[in-house]
Amino acid sequence: MELIKLKGVDFAYEGRPPVFQGLDFSLSSGNRLGIIGPNGAGKSTLFMLAMGLLTPNKGRVELFGEERKSEKDFHSARVRLGYCFQDPDDQLFSATVKEDVAFGPLNQGKGKQEALLLVDQTLARLGLQGFEDRVTYHLSGGERRLVSLATVLAMQPEALLLDEPTAGLDTETEKRLEEVLSQSSLSWAIISHDRSFLERTCTRILRLQDGRLREIEA
Amino acid sequence: MHLETFAHGHSLFHRMDPRAKLLAAAAFSIVVGVSTTLSALWAALALGIVVLLAAQLPLLPLLKRLWAVNLFVAFLWLVLPWRLELGQGWNWSLVWDPRGLALAARITLKTNAIVMILIGLLSTSPINNLFHALAHLRAPEKLVQLFLFFYRYLHVLHREYHKLSWAIKARGFQPANNLHTYRTYAHLAGMVLVKSYDRAERVYQAMLCRGFDGTYWLLDHFHWSRRESLFSIIFGAALAGLIALSLGAGPWS
Repeated sequence: MELIKLKGVDFAYEGRPPVFQGLDFSLSSGNRLGIIGPNGAGKSTLFMLAMGLLTPNKGRVELFGEERKSEKDFHSARVRLGYCFQDPDDQLFSATVKEDVAFGPLNQGKGKQEALLLVDQTLARLGLQGFEDRVTYHLSGGERRLVSLATVLAMQPEALLLDEPTAGLDTETEKRLEEVLSQSSLSWAIISHDRSFLERTCTRILRLQDGRLREIEA
Repeated sequence: MHLETFAHGHSLFHRMDPRAKLLAAAAFSIVVGVSTTLSALWAALALGIVVLLAAQLPLLPLLKRLWAVNLFVAFLWLVLPWRLELGQGWNWSLVWDPRGLALAARITLKTNAIVMILIGLLSTSPINNLFHALAHLRAPEKLVQLFLFFYRYLHVLHREYHKLSWAIKARGFQPANNLHTYRTYAHLAGMVLVKSYDRAERVYQAMLCRGFDGTYWLLDHFHWSRRESLFSIIFGAALAGLIALSLGAGPWS
């Protein structure tokens, strides 16, 4: 099944040259895509268009086989995708880790008990046991990144969109992230500048340059 | 950045449900704020001191905080006893008026009593617990969220400000009394402002991606036990005493 599909998308930030002209992108279940490309090529913009955070000037955005246009269309689809922002400080807005990880599941309509159970399971999966009551802004950079990954994993999404998940991670934490990914059965698209990380975690690598996506040999 | 100097300790007030403390502090502030008789104000100050002692706070930071407050109050003592008298034409004179002293004394007592109660009762809870307590007390949801976000991102903005100020120092910037300094600080302030705007946008987007629809969830619950009830009764009785004193029922009024 096609989870995300962008077809013939044009996009430009106001007063700037176009980022995309007629861009096609697709993520189907089972896909593990790595996206690489120079700074400013529009990698994050691609994810934001797919999540409906930006509106294309032209073209179609389909999520789970349905065209999405309005904020309402996107709302129901977003919680089935786990989009992890580039900067964990954007992601973690609650005071404690527990509250932040429970936020997504509660928004999905789960009860408090169920949400707290998911918090425990997700933190354990990432090796973050005992972090429940830690205060988010006192976490280290690596911990903050793992917790922000936990906030999207707890939603039990059908696919992950990770924006530079290894930025600022030491080798050990990066390994932990790799293990978590390898144990999961999810589909994903990962933006990274780290080609070898993408080769280890993805089955296909795409290069985004000059507004076009091209497959390169993995 | 550490703003919770007194939040961690083992006193009675550190362990108490913040809802009881919030209600007590709010009621106390209102009563003292409208009291005018000196006897009531002295009694309020005494109650403030008792609460501070019970909170068992480290002395030096506590004195520093009280000093900062009283520095402001000192200006009132300098200004209030003087009255400006305008004569004809450009004649004017400053006239000494001892009634101003009495007023300054009342303000000093009120300020210190309220600050002591706020330090003893409120700063003995982590700030986030106070916000949650406000939410549990049915304070307007938007207001509580505003506080929570403000406190969460204060840390981030503080860090961003530091990064920027290190960056300008690393390039040899030395503040002095000149236009270059003022321009640099203006840019710094502007940059922090712009960054915080962008940040707000991204945080909101990240929340949308996790299905945010305006609901703010409360997970933690506080425990109201006999201790809180007892405290409320005793504190309520003390407040009733203050009200009686300020209505002139006391022996010294």
